[in-house]
Amino acid sequence: MRRIRQGAATEAYWASTMRERNEAGADAAALECHRIYELKHLGKLARRGGLYTLLGGFAFFGAFPFYWMVIATFKTDHDLFSPLNNPFLFNEPPTLDHLHVLFYDTHFVQYLTNTAIVGFAVVVITLATAVPAAYALARWARGWGETMGIGIFLTYLVPPTILFIPLSRFAALFGLQESLWSLILVYPTFTIPFCTWLLMGFFKTIPKDIEEQAMIDGLSRFGAMAKVVFPLAISGILTVVVFAFTLSMHEFIYALTFISVSAKKTVSIGVPTELVRGDVFQWGPLMAGALIASLPVAVVYTFFLDRFVAGFTMGAVK
Amino acid sequence: MTSPAPAGSSPAPYRGGILDRKETLAKLLIAPAVVYIAAMIGAPFVLAILYSLSDATTGDPSLHLVGLRNFTAALADPVFRLALWNTFVFTLVSQTLVIILSRILANALLKPFRGKWLVRFLILLPWTAPISLGTIGWLWMYDSIFSPIDWVLRYLGALGTATALLGPETNMYWLGVPGLAIASVIVVNVWRILPLATVIQLGGLSSIPKDLLEAAEVDGASPWRRTLMITIPLTLPIVSIAFLFGVVFTFTDLVVVYVLTRGGPVHMTQVLASWTFFKGIEGGDLAQGAAISLFMFPVLAVVAIFILRMARRTEVV
Repeated sequence: MRRIRQGAATEAYWASTMRERNEAGADAAALECHRIYELKHLGKLARRGGLYTLLGGFAFFGAFPFYWMVIATFKTDHDLFSPLNNPFLFNEPPTLDHLHVLFYDTHFVQYLTNTAIVGFAVVVITLATAVPAAYALARWARGWGETMGIGIFLTYLVPPTILFIPLSRFAALFGLQESLWSLILVYPTFTIPFCTWLLMGFFKTIPKDIEEQAMIDGLSRFGAMAKVVFPLAISGILTVVVFAFTLSMHEFIYALTFISVSAKKTVSIGVPTELVRGDVFQWGPLMAGALIASLPVAVVYTFFLDRFVAGFTMGAVK
Repeated sequence: MTSPAPAGSSPAPYRGGILDRKETLAKLLIAPAVVYIAAMIGAPFVLAILYSLSDATTGDPSLHLVGLRNFTAALADPVFRLALWNTFVFTLVSQTLVIILSRILANALLKPFRGKWLVRFLILLPWTAPISLGTIGWLWMYDSIFSPIDWVLRYLGALGTATALLGPETNMYWLGVPGLAIASVIVVNVWRILPLATVIQLGGLSSIPKDLLEAAEVDGASPWRRTLMITIPLTLPIVSIAFLFGVVFTFTDLVVVYVLTRGGPVHMTQVLASWTFFKGIEGGDLAQGAAISLFMFPVLAVVAIFILRMARRTEVV
């Protein structure tokens, strides 16, 4: 009995001390938790701030030249060419003079038209050659198709800087100097290899059963391809349209080499070479032209860039 | 009754027409692309080699072979040697910076934050806008009198006073002083390729399995160790791809140098591509121009081999 009671007393004693300790411990733990939480919160805030600063810095680096174009486009010449004025702000009311000069006193609209004509024709040629080739390589030629596909892609690495001298002779030979046709015929040299490669990837994602079913239903092989598979690959084809057009619009070297008459220039060479009178740069209209030609294509391109990069990485990302 | 025969009732309806024979049709479909590439890339490439072995000029473009004279003449030309050196320096310095910066930027872009679409648009602008037009913006920023960089330096007191850090002159003359012109060209090259490399790296980083990193963390691996042992080896192929394409684009680029400096001051920023243009087109010496441009080819061939290897290796994985 005594021993039991003693035991019970000991037990009670231990229980109470344990409870006390636990409570004290819980308080300390709560305090500690709170401190850690505050520290973490601060750390999180700091990290957030760091992240935004970093991203802000990169965005600034990327976009500042374009902000600089916006400023110059709407600034009066007097404001633009006063070295003491704050160059980042409008010290005088903004003006539309430069836009007026750009659209009425230069060939800018003609450059845009030429660019659109060349881009459109290049898109047509690219689609007509790259879509069937990509389909055939992706579907009917397993082993050598892959090798040939890579071979076609590698021709994309042969740069215009090696080809422009002989191609300028080709243009002269066929009487295509100073003609948009020279650009229309040459630009597919970089759109076909890249777009064929890109489309091969697209066609591989379309299950083979679909066209087999279509052929069982009575379509020819060609019919199955044209009527069943191509409509399914429409997003890939749209991507190719965007790239063929933007790559043509970006191109500089061939246009610089083949075309010297102002009225035949595309926007990528017309703006940098024609808006200079003698040695004097007309900065206002020049920046306006660069801005107007850059932004729309940049917006469209941004939506498709991931696919463009998927073409480069060739399945290195899985 | 009037409907056509149900699908599957005739398993092999019609085989043998030209639109049905697999091999013939495949060849027919591939032919236009291959012919185009052969005629417009293959033939000019051969012609470039022939020109480089001839004495052709714009005035007399007939092919009269003279051996390797153009290559030896190019190598003896100090401007060519400078252009060759610059091409390597610009490419390697800018692409090293691009790889480091794009990794940092890609890591930041992986995190969730508000306004991502806008940040993405702004960061991608240098790649999505036509390069010649973007470079024109830089030309105005590097202006010898109205450069905003100079304005800020003057505002901060680092330029334009007798005791200023960067000297008493009112301007830096970014494109007029050899060292600064070289740095300016490299900055624009970095600016141009960074978006492409970032998007490529983003793909690589987001493809690392999350559980792998978590398992390593549970096992007590420090963040440094996780980066060193997991992130870097797993993203190495993709980083290499980003680097190789950056090299191709920078190594062969004419636009940045042409628009910014035209190779000046006194050829200090001349690169192979610009020197090819000035010699071969503006100078009319087709043979010399072709020879100069072909000096780019060995590097491109090596890059192509590396890209092929990367493609093979990643396919095995």
